[in-house]
Amino acid sequence: MSNVGTSVPRTDGPSKVVGTAKYVDDLSMPGMLHGATLRSPVARGILKRIVKDPAFDWTGITFVDATDVPVNVVALIQDDQPVLASHEIRHRYEPLALIACDDALRLARAARHVTFEIEPLPAIFDPRASFERREIVAPPDNVFGRYRITKGDAEAALASCEVVVSGTYSVHHQEQLYIEPQGVIAWFDERGAHVHGSIQCPYYVQKGVKKTFVLTESDVDVVQTVTGGGFGGKEEYPTVISLHALLLAKKSRRPVKMIYDRQEDIEATTKRHPAEIGIVTGCDRDGTLRAISIHVLMDGGAYVTLTPVVLSRGILHAAGAYRWEHVLAEAVAVATNTPPNGAFRGFGAPQTIWAVERHLDKVARQLGMDPLVLKSNNVLRVGDTTATSQTLKESVGIGECIEKARTASDWDRKRALGPVVQGRKARGIGACVFMHGAGFTGSGERRLKGRVALDLLLGGRVRIRTASTDIGQGTETVFSQIAADALGLPMSQVEFLQPSTARVPDSGPTVASRTVMVVGSIVEAAARELKERIDAEQAATGLDRRRAMDALVFRAMGTAEHVYDTPRDLEWDDATYRGDAYPVYGWGCDIAEVEVDLDTFETKVLGFWAAADVGKAIHPTHCKGQIEGGTLQAIGWALHEQIVWKDGAILNGRMTNYIVPTSLDAPPFTTLLVEAPYSRGPGGGAKGIGELPMDGGAPAIAAAIEHATGISMDNLPCLPEDLFERARKGRAA
Amino acid sequence: MIVRLEVNGERRLVDLPPLTRLLDALRGPLGLTGTKEGCGEGECGSCTVLLDGDPVNACLVATAQCEGRSVTTVEGLGALDGRARETGGLSLLQAAFVTEGGAQCGICTPGMLIAAEALLRETVDGANRKPTDTEIREAVAGNICRCTGYQRIVDSIAQAAALRRRVSPADWVRENLPFAKAEGTRGLL
Repeated sequence: MSNVGTSVPRTDGPSKVVGTAKYVDDLSMPGMLHGATLRSPVARGILKRIVKDPAFDWTGITFVDATDVPVNVVALIQDDQPVLASHEIRHRYEPLALIACDDALRLARAARHVTFEIEPLPAIFDPRASFERREIVAPPDNVFGRYRITKGDAEAALASCEVVVSGTYSVHHQEQLYIEPQGVIAWFDERGAHVHGSIQCPYYVQKGVKKTFVLTESDVDVVQTVTGGGFGGKEEYPTVISLHALLLAKKSRRPVKMIYDRQEDIEATTKRHPAEIGIVTGCDRDGTLRAISIHVLMDGGAYVTLTPVVLSRGILHAAGAYRWEHVLAEAVAVATNTPPNGAFRGFGAPQTIWAVERHLDKVARQLGMDPLVLKSNNVLRVGDTTATSQTLKESVGIGECIEKARTASDWDRKRALGPVVQGRKARGIGACVFMHGAGFTGSGERRLKGRVALDLLLGGRVRIRTASTDIGQGTETVFSQIAADALGLPMSQVEFLQPSTARVPDSGPTVASRTVMVVGSIVEAAARELKERIDAEQAATGLDRRRAMDALVFRAMGTAEHVYDTPRDLEWDDATYRGDAYPVYGWGCDIAEVEVDLDTFETKVLGFWAAADVGKAIHPTHCKGQIEGGTLQAIGWALHEQIVWKDGAILNGRMTNYIVPTSLDAPPFTTLLVEAPYSRGPGGGAKGIGELPMDGGAPAIAAAIEHATGISMDNLPCLPEDLFERARKGRAA
Repeated sequence: MIVRLEVNGERRLVDLPPLTRLLDALRGPLGLTGTKEGCGEGECGSCTVLLDGDPVNACLVATAQCEGRSVTTVEGLGALDGRARETGGLSLLQAAFVTEGGAQCGICTPGMLIAAEALLRETVDGANRKPTDTEIREAVAGNICRCTGYQRIVDSIAQAAALRRRVSPADWVRENLPFAKAEGTRGLL
């Protein structure tokens, strides 16, 4: 029996296509109130007074401000972010007060009758100004994180290299734009606090609730409802909205539903970190890469949230997928007075990979080489060492990725042809080569000790209990495939329990391309243990399989709980940032073909070839769906999406003016799966795939634009006006 | 204001302020939460329903405009497909989204299915021909999906279009949808 490797029907598919899947806004509770957040009108200042209009009838309206918050911090890495600001305001959408009412119309009216007296302070929006401490907006020094990676002696090596190339690159904010906005329903009862909502990481929310309301684990149940996309945007932010809803619920003694409307969601929630990256490389005249020096400055926004971790992943991917004898990489993240930037698929890596890939295209141009040949000649192979001096021991499928993408896209012919200009339209082709660390960085998994439980149920069924959420990527289906195969049962006898912190063990957060590779392997181990028990029971009693399973249930032997067995040979030093940064890497080669209108500078993506080494595709259709969906987000980041800021406020916080790709903007995808199995991956070698596809799209598009037009973009986005501006500057120079 | 309309083939009556959005009438008193709200301004297409057979954004339609008209939501797709009884309650189009990867997080799916249904009615049912890839992409261009990159949505619709003309749905489900069969998705409707 083999479900793994087969594109079985999605287990949560039927309920999604008939409309019975219950997302949070489809649920309600008796006596439920609607909640709303009142936010700062300025980017930085001191809150002096909150004024409730005495002429307004406040009957039936619950009002909450910072004085109602037991412990006023949003617990995450650092406790710097208040649940509601009491004094200092650090961004334009900072929550200052909350209101709730059973009537949504009256709620909206009441919101207009609260005003804030604020003493404004000078704000900083430019990370360089923050780095130079022109204003201290996050004491003591505006710095949220710093990392340094060294290998060999990059400075000395650069001084002696034959060809030295330098450049600076930058990337911009990006909104996750999951189609289901953030939302929760929360209440208190005799058992404690309850939150049901659109949540990637129920245990993060539990941690926040425990801290703010001074509760213990058993007092807090956080349940994930069917979730309409996350992409990182529902990693840490749901803690904030959950705390807000619970504060209102506590004061009103009623269940409270909070659902953000689209504009509030775009304005107030986290976005991808913008970054500026400077690179100097040295290589031989034949294109052999020798040394790289990288400096990264990341914009963290107003509070720390996950910024140090994003910065870490960013710097760990900054040298790209290449062999360098000498590496110096330094990264710093600073505070600005915009809403906190946070998790978004790729988590820092798309930012730095943009820089190194654009840089290598520049090196290739200077050497007069085909960029894909330059990249292919220098790409990491088994036995090579990465920037952190990690020796790659297995599962490096990049060579095959490059070959497959190159052949399928007809790269050699199209590239050699040069730009094809027909009338006022120019065609070109570009490539990106990349890798993405799968699972937590360094010793993360060892510290976390992710857990999963499998239960035998009467009647020969098995239930998977894990905190890994299905937010669209297919966790439910894939875990069921893995468990079914390991148990030797059909898929229809395996079920997946809706994640709830009261009922599932902490498997760790649904992030970092770790769900299938790490948590999936715990599911597999637990399923194997159950199978051994069933086999032993059958051998001892001669019962048939179903009766043997029932017998185990009756003897309370039906549950197997497993903890992640972190590979023991991984060595990582947090102090020097040296060692095995990730247990293994996913690899990719993206090739884009574009057509640029030479009058309007609009870019149309004609074709996209994405080859990815996923170790083992447990569910090929889902796997391709991840690759295509992630790639289109990257294309959107490059060609369509842009947050427009003014004094810390977002001018285009709506779907009307924050433009994401439609079906007509999306290219036809040719997705090529490469399987270089990872010895410790589940299902015969699966690796993480969630984030990898976000890395390659933007650089491949920019490279294709350059091939078509000669316009070389170092900065994202590549909107028509950006290309026009760059072309104009190029002509002026 | 009392508005009489036909929803998924049933006559229904709602008593609401006339400018209440059709979306709120559906999700509220009519109890049909399959239709989703993603933006509230007609951009995302998650709330697409058929109004007298034409796809519209239910967030932009006033309930009073629906007097005497027929509305089809995602809940009605399987029920309205004469052959859906054989497919465990799913229409071929719905089933194709399950097997071909057309649905990931599922929040855009109801609107996407409705937009696709309108296309299939026009091309397959009306003109007895399969829609082209471009026609499919145009038909769902008003429906934003952030998960899939659209490729598998296009593929799902193309497959449904091909099957809607040829194979007996029961045979197709037997081959392609063992889960729906085993779990009896008919109960979901």
